[in-house]
Amino acid sequence: MNAVQDMTRHLPPAIDGGKLQITALGTSAMLLDVPGELGLLPQQKIWALARAVGCWPRIAEAVPGMNNLMLILSEPPSSHAEWLNLAEALRRAWEESEPLSLDGRVVDLPVIYGGEGGPHIADVMAHTGYGLEDIVAIHSAPLYPVYALGSHPGYCYLGGMDPRIATPRRKSPILDLPAGSVSIGGVQTGVSASAGPSGWNTIGRTEMTFFDHRRPSPALLQPGDLIRFHVQGIES
Amino acid sequence: MIELICASVLATVQDQGRFGSLKFGVGNSGAMDQLALAAGNLLLDNAVTDAAVELQVFPMRWRFHETTRFALTGADTRATLNGRPLPPWWVSRASRGDCLDLGRAVNGSRAYLCLPGGIDVPMVLGSRSTQLRGSFGGLDGRFLRQGDRFSAIRREDTGCVDIGVVPPVCSMPLGERGLTTVRVLPASEYACYHGASQAAFWACEWKITSQSDRYGYRLAGEPLLPKTPLEVRSHGIVPGVIQVPPDGQPIIQMRDAQPTGGYPKFGTVIEADLWRLGQAPIGTRLRFVEVTYDEAVAARAANQRWLQTVRRLVDVWAGRRLSA
Repeated sequence: MNAVQDMTRHLPPAIDGGKLQITALGTSAMLLDVPGELGLLPQQKIWALARAVGCWPRIAEAVPGMNNLMLILSEPPSSHAEWLNLAEALRRAWEESEPLSLDGRVVDLPVIYGGEGGPHIADVMAHTGYGLEDIVAIHSAPLYPVYALGSHPGYCYLGGMDPRIATPRRKSPILDLPAGSVSIGGVQTGVSASAGPSGWNTIGRTEMTFFDHRRPSPALLQPGDLIRFHVQGIES
Repeated sequence: MIELICASVLATVQDQGRFGSLKFGVGNSGAMDQLALAAGNLLLDNAVTDAAVELQVFPMRWRFHETTRFALTGADTRATLNGRPLPPWWVSRASRGDCLDLGRAVNGSRAYLCLPGGIDVPMVLGSRSTQLRGSFGGLDGRFLRQGDRFSAIRREDTGCVDIGVVPPVCSMPLGERGLTTVRVLPASEYACYHGASQAAFWACEWKITSQSDRYGYRLAGEPLLPKTPLEVRSHGIVPGVIQVPPDGQPIIQMRDAQPTGGYPKFGTVIEADLWRLGQAPIGTRLRFVEVTYDEAVAARAANQRWLQTVRRLVDVWAGRRLSA
């Protein structure tokens, strides 16, 4: 039984499709969100759904997030009733979607941990109680799946960080963090693809180019790829 | 060819935006007032998607190195061509050597300088809009500088001049005069906020703080407080989404916003009213009006009808010219 919310004032256009929550982002987009713990299995279903509905005539672009999917609409549904019909069709597509293993490439990123390129590793040490070498060992151990791209051109949201080195975001963001900064924000880790502001704790530096608009596929990585941080050096 | 003569900041080349590259982490960019850009293009028989220069800090001066038509739309900048005043939302012809001066903006904050066929910069990932974070699109992915020169894509141009349109702020007014009013659809976390915060959001006037730009407008007012702390995972967002960071002061995502966000979403300024925000100056006040989905769709249709009127006017003028 699906509780479909009425489009009265004070209620966002929404459908609670069993487990999938579908809400409106204005008239130009919809957000499909899988509640619960962040995980690879729901993410693989999100990838499958993105592929399935991305070619619907109504959908201009299907953009995976972290266990969620944003759909950019080429033309908004003409009424609330039409919106609900589309949401219902999306819910059915979600129920039919099977986890999609994308069999991505494994990309090695050489990282120099600590030192000038990792100015906040001391904060991660202080917060977690681990020493420098332990943090490097824990951070470089897993194969990190790319869940989604976002934030800025070429940036990847990664899953799979060991929660033992989780460290809260910084109180005030760093305004001009250089490209290639490897950082930890809460239970997530990532690598900035270009210089810009960030509230995460930077623990190292890599030289990889993640985005080049002149390439046929401008982003180096795509969902399903795997990142391995390869320890190139540790500086204190 | 036109040249930017005086030092200026924050001017960029923009078209209607870059679509289809969100999956690479590339945001929309595009004109903050898409209606003004579209109208400027229509006045020159351009496609609405052609690129123009978006200007937001005045005064500034341009020099024309060849004779061409141009359209100025958006904020009224008391523009003059060689000292001769030009009406806002107007098509003129400049001769080689002419100087275009734009003064302090009144009735808005961003003006669009459009040329026949649009500004000739390379198309990158389907758009000529400037992607500042990615340093591509527009002119080398950056703000314009003194001495920058642009060509129009259509060099030979014999269309109508000295024609104009009534700005949409006059033909589609909303709310009290002098107070920017935009319509909002509640978003997914709206129900998670205290009733008092929900009421304050609609009732209060919100100040557009100085930390507001093409990326987003940071507002100041009664803090919006959730019933319990909210955890939201990173997800796609679009221009117009109103996020609420932990301090309770909302931020409206604008054209250069990141394509993803992780703050709770209180509402979304409807697509049809984003141009009103694009013209709202820093330091002024803003008011939100709640609408239903159907009202938001109707507002979008009203914008399209307005553009259709501009298109028809231009056709009529062109027809008169032919029969004269």
